[in-house]
Amino acid sequence: MIVENMQVVAQEEIAPSIFRLRLSGDCAGEMKIPGQFVHVQVEQGINPTLRRPLSICDVDVENRELTLIYRVEGKGTKRLTEKRPGDAVNVFGPLGKGFPAEVLKEKQTAVLIGGGVGIPPLYYLAKQLVNRDVNVMTILGFRTAADVFLEKEFTALGETVITTEDGTKGLKGYVTDAFRQLPENAYDLFYTCGPKPMLQAVETAALSPGYISLEERMGCGIGACLACVCDLTVPDSQSGKKYRKICSDGPVFRAGEVMI
Amino acid sequence: MNRLQVNLPGLSMKNPVMPASGCFGFGQEYAKLYDLNRLGAICVKAVTIEERRGNPTPRVAETPGGMLNAIGLQNPGLQHVLAHELPWLEQYDVPIIVNIAGNEPEDYREVAKAVSQVKNVSAIELNISCPNVKEGGIAFGTHPDTAARLTELVKAVSQVPVYVKLSPNVTDIVAIAKAVEQAGADGLSMINTLLGMRIDVKSSLPVLANRTGGLSGAAIKPVAVRMIYEVRQHVDIPIIGMGGIFEVDDILELMMAGASAVAVGTANFIDPFACPKLIDQLEARMDELGIATLSDIIGRSVSICSQTR
Repeated sequence: MIVENMQVVAQEEIAPSIFRLRLSGDCAGEMKIPGQFVHVQVEQGINPTLRRPLSICDVDVENRELTLIYRVEGKGTKRLTEKRPGDAVNVFGPLGKGFPAEVLKEKQTAVLIGGGVGIPPLYYLAKQLVNRDVNVMTILGFRTAADVFLEKEFTALGETVITTEDGTKGLKGYVTDAFRQLPENAYDLFYTCGPKPMLQAVETAALSPGYISLEERMGCGIGACLACVCDLTVPDSQSGKKYRKICSDGPVFRAGEVMI
Repeated sequence: MNRLQVNLPGLSMKNPVMPASGCFGFGQEYAKLYDLNRLGAICVKAVTIEERRGNPTPRVAETPGGMLNAIGLQNPGLQHVLAHELPWLEQYDVPIIVNIAGNEPEDYREVAKAVSQVKNVSAIELNISCPNVKEGGIAFGTHPDTAARLTELVKAVSQVPVYVKLSPNVTDIVAIAKAVEQAGADGLSMINTLLGMRIDVKSSLPVLANRTGGLSGAAIKPVAVRMIYEVRQHVDIPIIGMGGIFEVDDILELMMAGASAVAVGTANFIDPFACPKLIDQLEARMDELGIATLSDIIGRSVSICSQTR
């Protein structure tokens, strides 16, 4: 983990309020684990004060290029959309513990379930799983057809199902409606990222072990300030600890490990 | 001669910069980024007798030039800190200050007694100013007599100097400062966060799960400068100054107002290398301003103003 002024390579709005930002810099060379995040300083100075934790969507380790996909939520992310090629963006990372891709063997099947802006970190994971010869199935949930992004990219890596709440594209309903239709033995492991109600529903519907990625407002991003803790479902048998830090123990946890 | 050296009771500091309690855990996370021996001192997170789970999330919210936090004194408890966190810090040759908190006066006494006997603990910071817990914390820091009684109690058992961390959420901070000085405090830490609140206009609900939280960051620096300046005129014990330090000039400003050392809090979250960077930049700025040694400027504004009045 290092702090670096990365350079903007490109930025585009790929769906309403969803932006893809490509950054170039040395720290991208360290980003080998999917599911980690970077802590982004939108502007130098004190306004906005805090960094923004953004998940890593894709990395070209050799060419030192990082891709982030984020949603405009407030003033900070709005300012980030104004960055143009050549501008500097201060990045602290990579941070946190990501998705374990290595737990699956060749020819096993992973199902990836993403909702909205929780989808991006699953892309780098999908690429790594495919590189390991793991079969990847993906279920991506959106509100409406216009919100859909990364469909082509995921489709290139494996079977991809789109769900929309209003039925304007793919299956009408939620990702869990599609997930529940999968027969037992259809998958060996699931990985998921999205809003909390979705994560809860996925965890309940799952017929296999899996991993979930959480989101929370953060301070330091490295586990010192305790802004982003969550409760363990069962206290740690070794340390007796009752909580986990989302920024440094997570953001990825084994399904069932923490209270969502 | 080390121009950055400052000396306070129990604290021989090679530079005046320490991370502020609560912003640095027990040092283990930042130790992955730089050598903690570069710091003037380390002030660790508040320790209570029992383990504390803290408040529900969200625990932080951003504000212009600052942030609100309501962590709620989450910590692993006295026994864990004695067995793990403090021994881990023995590898560093830096004064360690342990911030202590509790619900009842007796809690403070017990933690102070135990912590002050640990060989690598140089001082105690008495937390009577946490705004984010229902019991204890700020309840002890808003009335001069209550603050004085707690200070006496802790002083009676502590083997190391005691710094009382003052709350800015009071009408007359000087009265509290005088009271704890008379009660035997070796120094003061000031200021803790200012109580604040934010509301999400989409939901009409407070942003923080705790509803209110402590405001820190650049926005509160003028309050810190003013309060340190006022207290410096009326008490003789040294002050560790904190509140919105982001730049080298902020350190100098708090010291000129009367602080003998400073603590950096929120800035660590924006730049994890904030403390060592500020330390590295100090001498060049002192040269520009013609400051020979840092100890020369402690309370300089107070003395100049008192001469010209």
